[in-house]
Amino acid sequence: MGLLSDPSRREVLTRLITRMNTPLCVVCYVAGILWFVGLAFEPLILRMYISENAMGSTMVHENFVYGERALSYAREFSGHRKKMGGMPVDWMLKTLHGLGLEAHSQTFSRTLPFPDELRERYMVKGTNVFGILRAPRAASTESIVLSTSHRNTQATGLLLTLASYFRGHIHWAKDIIFLFNEHDMLGMEAWLEAYHDVNLTGMASSVLQGRAGSIQAAVVLELNSDVITSFDVAVEGLNGQLPNLDLVNLFISFCHKNAVLCTIQGKLPRSDGETLPGYVHALQTMLLMVLKQGSGKASGEHGLFLRYHVEAITIRGINSFRQYKYDMVTVGKVFEGIVRKLNNLLERLHQSYFFYLLPSLSRFVSIGYYMPAFVLLISIPILKALDLWIKLSKPEGNQQTTHTERDVSLLTILTPVMICHATGLALYFLPVFGRKDAAEHFPVSETEAVVLSSIAIYVAGLALPHNTHRVLLSEVTERGWMTLKLITLLYLALLLGCIALINFSLGFILAVTLTPAAAVAQPGHLKTFRALLLLLVSPATVLLMCLYLYHELSEVPLTVLECWQLFLQAIAEAILDHHLYGCIVYPFLILFIYPCWLLLWNVVFWM
Amino acid sequence: MAASLVLVLVAGVTVRAVLFRCPLLAEFISERVEVVSPLTAWKRVVEGLALLDLGVSPYSGNVFHETPFMIYIFHFLIDYAEFVFMTMDVLTAVALYMAVQDFNRITFLKQRFDYESKKYGTDVIDLIRTPKEMCHIPLKVALFYMLNPFTVLTCVAKSTCAINNAIIAAFMLATVKGSAFLSAIFLALSTYQSLYTITLFAPGLLYLAQKHYLFVSLKCPAFWAYSVKYAMMFLGCLLVTTCLSFFLLSSWDFIPSVYGFTLSVPDLTPNIGLFWYFFAEMFEHFRLFFLFVFQINVFFYTLPLSLKLRDHPMFFMFIQIAIIAIFKSYPTVGDVAMYMALLPMWSHLYRFLRNIFVVTCILITTSFLFPVLWHLWIYAGSANSNFYYAITLAFNVGQILLVSDYFYAYLRREYHLVKGLHLKNKAGRDAHIILK
Repeated sequence: MGLLSDPSRREVLTRLITRMNTPLCVVCYVAGILWFVGLAFEPLILRMYISENAMGSTMVHENFVYGERALSYAREFSGHRKKMGGMPVDWMLKTLHGLGLEAHSQTFSRTLPFPDELRERYMVKGTNVFGILRAPRAASTESIVLSTSHRNTQATGLLLTLASYFRGHIHWAKDIIFLFNEHDMLGMEAWLEAYHDVNLTGMASSVLQGRAGSIQAAVVLELNSDVITSFDVAVEGLNGQLPNLDLVNLFISFCHKNAVLCTIQGKLPRSDGETLPGYVHALQTMLLMVLKQGSGKASGEHGLFLRYHVEAITIRGINSFRQYKYDMVTVGKVFEGIVRKLNNLLERLHQSYFFYLLPSLSRFVSIGYYMPAFVLLISIPILKALDLWIKLSKPEGNQQTTHTERDVSLLTILTPVMICHATGLALYFLPVFGRKDAAEHFPVSETEAVVLSSIAIYVAGLALPHNTHRVLLSEVTERGWMTLKLITLLYLALLLGCIALINFSLGFILAVTLTPAAAVAQPGHLKTFRALLLLLVSPATVLLMCLYLYHELSEVPLTVLECWQLFLQAIAEAILDHHLYGCIVYPFLILFIYPCWLLLWNVVFWM
Repeated sequence: MAASLVLVLVAGVTVRAVLFRCPLLAEFISERVEVVSPLTAWKRVVEGLALLDLGVSPYSGNVFHETPFMIYIFHFLIDYAEFVFMTMDVLTAVALYMAVQDFNRITFLKQRFDYESKKYGTDVIDLIRTPKEMCHIPLKVALFYMLNPFTVLTCVAKSTCAINNAIIAAFMLATVKGSAFLSAIFLALSTYQSLYTITLFAPGLLYLAQKHYLFVSLKCPAFWAYSVKYAMMFLGCLLVTTCLSFFLLSSWDFIPSVYGFTLSVPDLTPNIGLFWYFFAEMFEHFRLFFLFVFQINVFFYTLPLSLKLRDHPMFFMFIQIAIIAIFKSYPTVGDVAMYMALLPMWSHLYRFLRNIFVVTCILITTSFLFPVLWHLWIYAGSANSNFYYAITLAFNVGQILLVSDYFYAYLRREYHLVKGLHLKNKAGRDAHIILK
């Protein structure tokens, strides 16, 4: 109870917070960044290990030898696909039937809110084909999904071969679903919605004719060459959700067993984690993961499974200029091993971590390791808010005036808050609603209309008549902006805290950029500098910088013009992702972070 | 003043009506575990009604846990449920408004009397409450109740907690007006509804006794006589309601199904309370012991509080309602909203509150984190129950800090009123008062 009532101890605390505020904030920021950067240093973090008992101890012998057959299937499939100009449904159904699987098809259609110029689609119609291998030893209550998109010729061939090969085995305890989907993510979304009998996104699709119990795990294969040099594993799902680490571990362990090279974020693993170059490499890999996860986009088709509580990864076969290549037999063996081990699962994957960052494939950073970095960053707005609170609660003059002042400031605070959120709402609704009109009146396509009007509203938001308090109040007071800033800082901390739990990377990127600017935002001298700093960390600029950083890190540097093009594309895709798959990053930024940022902008231009 | 009250009520009703018109949102809210508990969920009321219509005892099947009165009320009013819940909120707000108005008037008279009879210290003019400051308090209480997001959510979810709150508010009004009989009736109804409010007997009795100028002391026979009278009225009403319930359904099924369910906590659905996680984790043979440990919290503080706050029964009532909201077995945000509505009554304690900023931040943050962690646990599957319970704990710690802060501030103000505001220690410097 001492802290509740002992004034001298509280005095020490308040003095610490007010006098040492700026140094404390700087220390927190630097410590937060250093902590985060230090996470990539391998000796500091945990080694990967398999937690799941059912997968750790059992041995599996892989006997897959039908590489040639896979290639011949692939050639046949490719021929039929060319003939049909899309998914060769009949051929697929016939082949799956021929292999002794229960084969079904599912048609779906979806009209996008506006044309997707990158993938050139607007009104999408397609058919998914899937075959269920019924397990001889169980009652179809659980299943494993192996999936590929119909663009991946070799992957389709391999899956068909695996289906025929698995058919001859007697040890399956879970049904295996071989899914071949059209229009990649859209097809996957349609299939998953139909499988779970929900309709989240306005997809029109036919009813599934066959199901195989709850899906325990899913592996998506992307393979487009006869031989591969390495595998790349993609883990980031929709909204930054990640699969259980054990699934990644499982894949890596089979790659090791078959001596296949595997990469993450397209970066080869290095064994010299303790040296500087090795550390920089790990840091780059981790930053790439942070940027990808922060974008909230699924980095493969597996990303949609995660929403249904199904652990899933995408595995990409890479064929680069490397000398040593692996043929289909090795690839098939890896998959056989993975499926066999997943078949051994007694319960859903849940033992290992769900919140992690991967600086390499041999080490991982768990939530307990990375959260302190975020907490240090988020303590900056909280410290600043405490400082402001202490300053505000010190009475100025006599009791009476402060009281009336507080009453007035409620109105002056509420107005900017409302205006900023209304701007956010306008930014969310107007571009998509008004795209037709915009495309009629200006020489732009619908997609361009959406993107450009978004940018226009965004910029216009800065120039809105925010400072209504000048009209409402005869004199502009110090307390006004201090209260507004106090509320904004707490709001920011709350938003960042919530989003960091859902998508750590997004929260961290926003915290790194926004917190220092939020801390220094205030009217008075150096206003231009503060305004510039705020502009530099506005959500749109951060997106631009992230795009640049991403391409810099993945070693395909951009020119300024390319970066701008990508920026426009990214906005269109973010809106589409939100409407098509329910990605929350775009609405979160527009409806919450942007208004919060506008409030800071208000604070700077208070006087 | 009345015009402003009507404005507040209209605003509150409008918000509720708009939310009722968004079926998806209303359904989402009514599924939230923070808003409805097994005891108050509307879904369960509907189920009970269906069973009743089929001629089956509504309590068979272990789904329905409302009292028989409730089911008969909604048997007739099921088509007007939305209207009933909005009316309940309006009634609560009006009752609170009137109760606080009357209480403030009496407080002011008492203060003037004390001041004129030189009971107060010399330099306490800053602490004296003025009519100007007090005149807006009833309106603020009504506002806090009508427009508190917690109350709005409770109403939109059609949680019967709103009805319990209305009864508590009616009890407060009856008590403040000095009507012992009505007060006993509403207390009995409230006890009948939610059991824990039996602890409000003590503040109710103290308030009524003081209202009738009785000397509150165990040595005073008049006080004893009054206590017995009030207790008899209360027990009589309780007996009548219970027997009526029996005649309504002609079975005693409701006793184990409502009160047994409340006390033995068999349903461990997560909520904002402290019970579910502990009892889910616990070994079965410790269960009974810990049931006592957990349940005693609600009742345990009544006696010491009634000794300490003997002269301040209204504040006692506030603290007791808060304690019930924190320690009851199936708390919802509706219970929290009830005592939060009373916070403006104590706005004069502001200068003595120490942690109000931190506590407010904790409460707001945790309220937003509840749905986030629920999503991570139940939908995304990446977090687990520990995450959600951590937030529950933080929320309850916030509430406890809030209540103890107000309690401390109240005692401190009373102390200063008597001893003077600017105390000097022996060395002649400003003295510090420390609670150890």
